[in-house]
Amino acid sequence: MRRIVLVVVSTISGLVMLFSYHTSTMGAGATAGPGTGASATPVDPGSASPAPSQSQATPKTTSGGSGGSGSGSGTFTGGVVDTQWGPVQVQIKVSGGKIRRATAVVYPSGNGRDAEINSYALPVLAQEVIAAQSAHIDQVSGATVTSDGYIASLQSAIDKAHL
Amino acid sequence: MATLTMPRRAWVEQVMGLPISIHLRGPAVRDPHVHDLVQATYDELRAVDSLFSTYNPASDVSRINRGELTVADAHPLLAEVSLLCELAHERTAGCFDARLPRPGGGTWWDPTGVVKGWAGERAARRLAAIAGHDVTVNAGGDIAVMPGRKDSTPWRIAVEDPDDPDRPLAVVPLAAGGIATSGTGRRGLHIHDPRTGLAADAVRAVTVVGPSLLWADVYATAAMVMGPDARDWLESLDDYEGLVVGPDGVRTTSGLTTLD
Repeated sequence: MRRIVLVVVSTISGLVMLFSYHTSTMGAGATAGPGTGASATPVDPGSASPAPSQSQATPKTTSGGSGGSGSGSGTFTGGVVDTQWGPVQVQIKVSGGKIRRATAVVYPSGNGRDAEINSYALPVLAQEVIAAQSAHIDQVSGATVTSDGYIASLQSAIDKAHL
Repeated sequence: MATLTMPRRAWVEQVMGLPISIHLRGPAVRDPHVHDLVQATYDELRAVDSLFSTYNPASDVSRINRGELTVADAHPLLAEVSLLCELAHERTAGCFDARLPRPGGGTWWDPTGVVKGWAGERAARRLAAIAGHDVTVNAGGDIAVMPGRKDSTPWRIAVEDPDDPDRPLAVVPLAAGGIATSGTGRRGLHIHDPRTGLAADAVRAVTVVGPSLLWADVYATAAMVMGPDARDWLESLDDYEGLVVGPDGVRTTSGLTTLD
């Protein structure tokens, strides 16, 4: 389980690095990781995500959310970060001081494939964005999620979180 | 958005030699009748295993392989699965075959390549009877998804990196349908080309997503067998998209919008 915790820690700092939202508008509790003791301060850039070049967060007031700004709740849109694929912008929803949802609201699509995409088209998020969001994975599809690999797997951690 | 704040509950049990996890999202996940229905679903999965297990000498499949029983005289589900195996053989140009060469000559019938996806999808359909609840059934990495409402929030499904299972290769949002991954895995498990009998190891892993888990699973296995042709073959399929991890990196079909 220690390994899983480390994964979560690194993804949270990855998220913070990528979007470095204003702490002043979110209250002190907002920057703490969800119970993992993760520091919200990016210490080691590593390779988890591209360096945020101009990531100033723009807090928006939620229309339907409970709790106003200052109580660690709201919707926050990160600045546009230039990545190797083009601009990426991510929105996070925070309530109770925890990140409840992270969504890429802007991502590059000018690859000429758009016209071909059929009605079943699904986005596949690239790894750097996933690194920032993998705390929000619901299920894992993989060939090693079998009996032998299960105990130490990400899927096992996800199952345990919801038992 | 609303479903994100919905209560969620998970169950995990070992069935068919696999951890099978069921996740429900909706207002009544803590109700006893929901728990009972989940338990009944696991009971049904165990019943399916007792019919189809190739390890259990008393299963209908084992008895058919010993010549003690015909498909026509077996449990009615055997005929249903047998037909699906034939369809899978046709739709994959022979790259999926439930008839395996028997060491001493002849063939024996192993429908497990169809049964896992079929049973997972069946379980999810059964649980979809709980009104207003989103369902996922994850059978060893092959996942059936049933939405409880028209605007159900997609589940975020990570595709495992075969080289680093702790770090996802991709995340596919899925509100309905199925997603399956076939690969050589860490257990040294091999997929064989039924046309040649040789190990199919040209690609590391194939993930397929589409409206049905049963077919996503069959297509993922067949694409492994196709090796270098996997991506182009997946591209030719209607309604299914794929991601192939090969020696030249990760390639996806055009219906998957990627960031690179």
